[in-house]
Amino acid sequence: MSAVVTLARATVREASRKRLVVALALITLVGIALTGFGFWRLTVLAHQMNGGSPRLSVTELKTVTSQLLILAMFAFSFVLALSTVFMAAPSIAGELESGVAAAVLTRPIRRVQFLAGKWLGLAALTVGYVVVASSLEFVIVDLVTGYRPPHPLEFMAFLSAEALVTLTLTTLLSTRMSPVTGGVVALGGFMLAWMGGIAVALGAVLNNHGVATVGALTRMIMPSDGLWRGAVYSLEPAAWIATMLGSGRTQAAANPFFAPTGPPVAYLLWVGVWAVAVFSAASWSFRRREI
Amino acid sequence: MPDRLRDILPGSSDAAIVTTGLTKTYGSVTAVAGLSMSVPRGEVFGFLGPNGAGKTTAVKLLLGLARPTSGTATVLGAPAGAASARRRIGYLPELFRYQSWLSAYEVLVLHCALARIRKSRVGAEVERALVTVGLAERAHDRVGTFSKGMQQRLGLGVALLGSPEVVFLDEPTSALDPVGRKDVRDIIRHLRDRGVTVFLNSHLLGEVEQVCDRVAVVHHGTVIASGSLGALLSNSGVRVRVEGLGAAAAKLERFGQLHLDGEWISVEGVALEGVPDLVSEIVALGGRVYAVEPRHQSLEDRFMELLGGET
Repeated sequence: MSAVVTLARATVREASRKRLVVALALITLVGIALTGFGFWRLTVLAHQMNGGSPRLSVTELKTVTSQLLILAMFAFSFVLALSTVFMAAPSIAGELESGVAAAVLTRPIRRVQFLAGKWLGLAALTVGYVVVASSLEFVIVDLVTGYRPPHPLEFMAFLSAEALVTLTLTTLLSTRMSPVTGGVVALGGFMLAWMGGIAVALGAVLNNHGVATVGALTRMIMPSDGLWRGAVYSLEPAAWIATMLGSGRTQAAANPFFAPTGPPVAYLLWVGVWAVAVFSAASWSFRRREI
Repeated sequence: MPDRLRDILPGSSDAAIVTTGLTKTYGSVTAVAGLSMSVPRGEVFGFLGPNGAGKTTAVKLLLGLARPTSGTATVLGAPAGAASARRRIGYLPELFRYQSWLSAYEVLVLHCALARIRKSRVGAEVERALVTVGLAERAHDRVGTFSKGMQQRLGLGVALLGSPEVVFLDEPTSALDPVGRKDVRDIIRHLRDRGVTVFLNSHLLGEVEQVCDRVAVVHHGTVIASGSLGALLSNSGVRVRVEGLGAAAAKLERFGQLHLDGEWISVEGVALEGVPDLVSEIVALGGRVYAVEPRHQSLEDRFMELLGGET
């Protein structure tokens, strides 16, 4: 176990020394500042008087803010997926390619410990990034607009899980592919899962079971989008969900930034099984890999 | 056919490394072909061969970084690659790369942790390694700023951590200047003095000749000659500069095979203790001796001879 912790710490140190953490922090701060400015402008415009009453009622402002926050977080989830993939792919495949791993792997550690150490370090960085960046965004939005999302902790949990799913897939690919190839394939998987989510929505709109089934299967094979739906659901005010469902379930399901329900428990259990299976495959693949 | 030199090697209980029919193929390419050898404990063992002979693949098989297609290998009595063996070895890879974002000190501390060296010993262990390889003054500089030679020194320091019983050095001087090469030779001799087995993978024959007790020459993945340096280089001779011998020189054939080159007479196969008798005979035959140069076959000569016979 100590070897896993040692390698996890080294991985965190690697990310900080390579200034990846600083670069991400700067980009994130810029993003948060820009969205904070946007929310402030929205609030100012909403409070402007138009024919004796504000342009937007308190309820309308809350609804618009919640939707814009979901959009901002959607963009954040992409940045998160990119940063996860581009941290993980070089960290494992890069060390194998460059030869750094050769000296490490002749130490009395098991291959699975090497992978687990890398995964744990990257997971700590990823979850830390989600928690800090999301918290900061929520605080800024609260300060500027007075709006607080209903379930911020659940949101962070779902977004972290989404990133960890991407990380686990990248870990598997890194055991066999070069950093660039593994990174591109992992991102491709992430994008396909997102398109699968749209297919589910399209299938509902078109009442086409075939399309909906393909989308649902995609969510099973690559669960990142299924978890994103959970993240969206945890940001939606109850009144908004009621309004959308009142407008007709078919239309509601067609909105890619709306989730009428959170992922069922069975799906979350499946995600757990998926993660264990993919990491086990990574371990098996790495154990058989010749250095 | 080349000479097949086989020493009577010690039994496996005294051997640090034993391989039997070790074979590794990559598709249709055979990198290591039925390698059988034994490396005694406490000796410096030179593993020689031209580029592509299978040396690095053999080392990777011994370390468990690659799996054999067939055959067996043990290191310190344990199957090659077993954790119990890896606890007691050090390794400098041919492609030496270390975490460029860490300092030399941090790389060594990381390897101490992975090698399960007690925390209380880590500081002293790291300092000792840094001093040994001459990096004490650059200990806290990032590895990314190091020259290749300095990175190779660091790799050697990593390999020496934790008092290993066997140290695998794969081309350990490939990036070093003459001073660095001498340092490495001194380190290897020091390791031998401490009873450490050194498996030196190299094609720098002059260096091997200076430090190795025993060598194996590998070509096309198989050992074509092995044994102590003395046994491998048993052919010796002498060159003598003589005047006034004339046709009487032919009478010297009883000492060995003669080669005449102007005033120089080379006699192959004469042992060192036979040289005074040879000189006495030349003088008795009326020759005037100006120079006597006992000549030993160099490892390079022997190496080229072996490869010439195989190819």
